Amino acid sequence: MADSLQTDRRSFLQVLAVVGGGVMFGIHARDAEAGELEPGAAPFAPNAFIRITSDNRITLIAKNPEEGQGVKQSLPMIICEELDADWSQITVEQALSDESKYGRQFAGGSLSTPMNYDNHRRLGAAARAMLVAAAAKTWNVPVGELTTVRAQVSHNASGRRATYGQLAATAATMPAPDLATVALKDPRTFRLLGKRVPGVDNRKIVTGKPLFGIDVVVPGMLHAVFEKSPVFGATVVSANLATIRRQPGVKHAFIVDGVGTALDGLMPGVAIVADTWYNAKTAREKLQVKWAEHPTAKQSTEWFAQTAKELSAKPADRVVRKDGDVDAAFAAATKVVEAEYFYPFISHATLEPQNCTAHFKDGKLEIWAPTQMPQPGRELVSRTMGIAPQDITIHLTRIGGGFGRRLKNDYMVEAAWIAREAGAPVKLLWTREDDMRHGHYRPAGFHFLKGAVDASGKIVAWKNRVVVEPYMRLGEFPGRYIANYLLETSTLAHGVPTGALRAPGSNGIAFAIQSFIDELAHAADKDPLQFRLDLLTPAMPPVQGDAFNAERMRGVLELVREKSGWGTRTPAKGHGLGVAFHFSHQGYFAEVVEASVGARGEVKVHRVWVAGDVGSQITNLSGAENQCQGSCIDGVSAALGQEITITDGRAVQGNFDSYPLLRMARAFPVEVHFKITDNPPTGMGEPALPPVIPALCNAIFAATGKRIRSLPIGDQLGYQNS
Amino acid sequence: MPISLTINGKPTTVDVPPEMPLLWVLRDVLNLKGTKYGCGISQCGACTVHLAGAPVRSCGIPISAASGMSITTIEGLSATGSHPVQKAWEQLDVAQCGYCQAGQIMTAVSLLRNKKNPTDADIDAAMQNICRCGTYNRIRDAIRLAARSAPAGATPARAPGDDLTGEE
Ligand code: FES
Ligand code: FES
Repeated sequence: MADSLQTDRRSFLQVLAVVGGGVMFGIHARDAEAGELEPGAAPFAPNAFIRITSDNRITLIAKNPEEGQGVKQSLPMIICEELDADWSQITVEQALSDESKYGRQFAGGSLSTPMNYDNHRRLGAAARAMLVAAAAKTWNVPVGELTTVRAQVSHNASGRRATYGQLAATAATMPAPDLATVALKDPRTFRLLGKRVPGVDNRKIVTGKPLFGIDVVVPGMLHAVFEKSPVFGATVVSANLATIRRQPGVKHAFIVDGVGTALDGLMPGVAIVADTWYNAKTAREKLQVKWAEHPTAKQSTEWFAQTAKELSAKPADRVVRKDGDVDAAFAAATKVVEAEYFYPFISHATLEPQNCTAHFKDGKLEIWAPTQMPQPGRELVSRTMGIAPQDITIHLTRIGGGFGRRLKNDYMVEAAWIAREAGAPVKLLWTREDDMRHGHYRPAGFHFLKGAVDASGKIVAWKNRVVVEPYMRLGEFPGRYIANYLLETSTLAHGVPTGALRAPGSNGIAFAIQSFIDELAHAADKDPLQFRLDLLTPAMPPVQGDAFNAERMRGVLELVREKSGWGTRTPAKGHGLGVAFHFSHQGYFAEVVEASVGARGEVKVHRVWVAGDVGSQITNLSGAENQCQGSCIDGVSAALGQEITITDGRAVQGNFDSYPLLRMARAFPVEVHFKITDNPPTGMGEPALPPVIPALCNAIFAATGKRIRSLPIGDQLGYQNS
Repeated sequence: MPISLTINGKPTTVDVPPEMPLLWVLRDVLNLKGTKYGCGISQCGACTVHLAGAPVRSCGIPISAASGMSITTIEGLSATGSHPVQKAWEQLDVAQCGYCQAGQIMTAVSLLRNKKNPTDADIDAAMQNICRCGTYNRIRDAIRLAARSAPAGATPARAPGDDLTGEE
């Protein structure tokens, strides 16, 4: 132990130069599976999140599912900071799903940081206070004379020192301080938060250790595939089960009737369970299913467009916000601009296809799931199968990409049902085609926009009829910033399953709104960035239901102007700069894209500048930058070529050959700049995504004069962009 | 039908259908879970391994086509993460979800074996694997870091003390 501590301390001081600027601290924590270290051996466990053994081993619990957003790293780092341990001394353990112990556990809405930042600081600080109190008692000195660093308490006057491990047993007997009033560090003295710290699972990732849901192995486990109707939600009339049961390796083949009529319950289908997944999948090639007729079969991409257009001409279902008199303002305006914007259904396309492993035994279920929402998953399984929630154990595996897809638990209830029917542990794995054709897609949306500017170039009227699922929010920008404003919606009822996809709502709305603002800037003959700053002035005070703070947005706009050289640097010939901003998930982001369009119409993104304000503290700078860069790649990837089209009520695209994801050759540098402001820290998984799409389209306009009003860009510029 | 091959330096015999893809033999028969399934149609590269020293997409290789050959998976690169490419990946904190990274690393190792100092164009051409999380910039940086940190005179793909690999 002494040796490893030595090494750890040296490594703390080791700073690795990182290519492309910045430094990465060469400190690593290890991770452990739940139960790998016997919890009983910890004499000091002041709360559910911290365990310290007498040999100074410190285990911190990561409560939320890890889907690549970095919370298995960042949340324990917050505890570690206030505990005053060295990150190299920490072992991180993934929590089981148990909300009675850990509070709400989920990965969504970029909420892990805002919901846990303060509390995790207090958990760490309370443990530290008890350790310090233990030292004070042991040495009979005042608490105020003690200092802590690297999991050690020191009394400088007497030169006495003790590790947290040595103090653990005594600390456990000290009264626990009140979390609400426990003393916290001055953030200026933080040693760990705000640094670039490599992820806790990195070693396992680079050596190929089993970490993900798809890697789970349970003794005696069988493998399943599950075929559902290509028309969403249709039931099974019949299937050639006898033939399937004769295929090599097949143990069970049966029809699942489905429970609940909504697309959120257990969907009907045919399960094939075999000794290997290969055998199950091979048997499935012989499967013939007769599906019941279903009304969704009448729906198609063309039907959506036509219906949306018809709805736009009818009175709206709902007026979300109305200020002033748009019609009078349009009549009096200098210039009026009208445009229709469209964004398609898109798939989450998590690289790890949906999967889940389940074992039903003696009335109890044990589940291993890559899920962003374990507790709702437990409730879904409980309700569908009639098993009490407390009889369902859920292990949280690392998730091979979530992006909101795994907020749903359809794969979980399928695996649980199939495992109970099969009477054995079963791992259900969807094929890529299952995954892409049975998504909960980002809903398509249509925006019918009309705007006007006056002689001075100020926006005087704005009307937005949105035909989409009814998710437009009252506070959606530019509401309150334009005197005559009308936001209304028509709901298009349809049978395609939809759900939240990274920055839900915002990922489409920002495209329409920030592109249309650009159109108005050009109509007013104004610089598009200055036009936005003017629009945000004066800032309106935040009101109930609208937390948007225009001053913070102006801050990031000004930062991105400076960093991108907007207005002060002439881009290379043929290059255009585009700007956009968006507020979502409590984060303020302004982005500039530099792009060009080649002679054949191929879009090239040269660089993206991101300016973000997520409050007073970045937890892990490496993770935060990675999220921003990934968000920009993700947004551009979607904008260039991604679309799920619907024919006869079914998703057409099934794999990456027809649903292209951006690859290395089209990747681009992303410069990330954070503006630190005196606001509570907020999450990083989503808010950097929405602005990049309109910023790209605005850059294409600046470069070519061609306005992109419909996504994906695809072949609109004469070349198949993807 | 029993098929013999060498996996990460170890002679191995498996008794599976001859059409079974190498990917599923590795994952479900030999329990080597590092090689990942992403698409099954040679599109994403998550399943990349080295077959006779060259990077291949194991989802598209029937096990019979690998008979008698030498295969290296991510587990065979080094179990401890000591390979320069693994080290670079870890140091630059490349991964987000991490699911694609075994395939990315195996592809990068091959690239560096062929080109000690790859240009951007070399990287673009060789690195065709999908990263859904969009970690391409860090992958590029990590390849450069690995190229620089390879010991002088040594093959960049191999560091002293690496666990053995079965190929070459
Ligand atoms: S799984 Fe083999 S290339 Fe995608
Ligand atoms: S890190 Fe998630 S797919 Fe590459």
